[in-house]
Amino acid sequence: MPQGALAIGLGHYLTVAAILLVLGVFGIFLNRKNVIVILMSVELILLAVNLNLVAFSSALNDLAGQILAMFVLTVAAAEAAIGLAIVVVYFRNRGSIEVEDVNLMKG
Amino acid sequence: MITGLAFYVFSAILLGSAAMVVTSRNPVHSVLFLILAFFNAAALFLIAGAEFLAMILVIVYVGAVAVLFLFVVMMLDVDFVALREGLQRYAPVGATVGAVLFFELLSVLFGWQMSADAPVLRLSQIPSNLQNTRAIGQVLYTDYILLFQLSGLILLVAMIGAIVLTHRDRHTTRRQDITRQQQRRVSDTLEILQIRSGAGVQETGIYRPKPKPKPEPALAQADGHAQISGEH
Repeated sequence: MPQGALAIGLGHYLTVAAILLVLGVFGIFLNRKNVIVILMSVELILLAVNLNLVAFSSALNDLAGQILAMFVLTVAAAEAAIGLAIVVVYFRNRGSIEVEDVNLMKG
Repeated sequence: MITGLAFYVFSAILLGSAAMVVTSRNPVHSVLFLILAFFNAAALFLIAGAEFLAMILVIVYVGAVAVLFLFVVMMLDVDFVALREGLQRYAPVGATVGAVLFFELLSVLFGWQMSADAPVLRLSQIPSNLQNTRAIGQVLYTDYILLFQLSGLILLVAMIGAIVLTHRDRHTTRRQDITRQQQRRVSDTLEILQIRSGAGVQETGIYRPKPKPKPEPALAQADGHAQISGEH
């Protein structure tokens, strides 16, 4: 059944998802000032999680993984909406979106 | 064979565009590469057999979330050059953390094995005679109905939160001010007068509206206008 490297299994999906997650974490560190790119990196991380869930769902022949991936999708959409709303309000108040300046609430 | 080739092509484009998302100079390009990444992830979902999730991913992410990002990036007049300043400073830290995380994940990837009773622990096995969408619908609205409604509640809270955060009151609407209503007294608006019997309203000084200085021509003009407009 396995035809060399072109037979796609669970391991391939997990590798791709791992690289995607690492890219997302790297993006958060790389763009410390730009909160919009940080939000996009969070979306990439959640996409990696979804990829893992779907891969395991397919490998185990279990539908629960796809259901959970759908709920992750819902929460990711809500998070993006709230995050961007906060960015808009912050920009309206401060005139910039540099997240390093967000220390007004420190005690 | 074809599936394997397609998997490698789509995952290569996915990882390449994800790398461009985090390293691109222009955030608009970042959003566009994010859209490309989501399209390729949807293709990977299709290869894995999750057709419904693939379509949902395209609709929700490309249709809603990415367009929302694009709106915000283009609407806010942000000096993106200033935001790129600390890039060289943070790159080594990010690369170190990313490398450590990646090798941890790799060690997990090569060390794990499926539990023997994993097939027994399956929550809802995929029925072989149904399409993916129908199978999801059959478990989503029965076994997972509570989670489904809770996710709807999460979306409602997110919608209300986004509206409350970004809503600006421009004082163009007339709305109820309960404090003003409660503090209003009778003496503010109502005056009690003793009226002599037989006196007209003009004598008592409460004639409203007050008579105009030159009543005759003004009234005639007003009547003429009223007639003309009445004829129209």
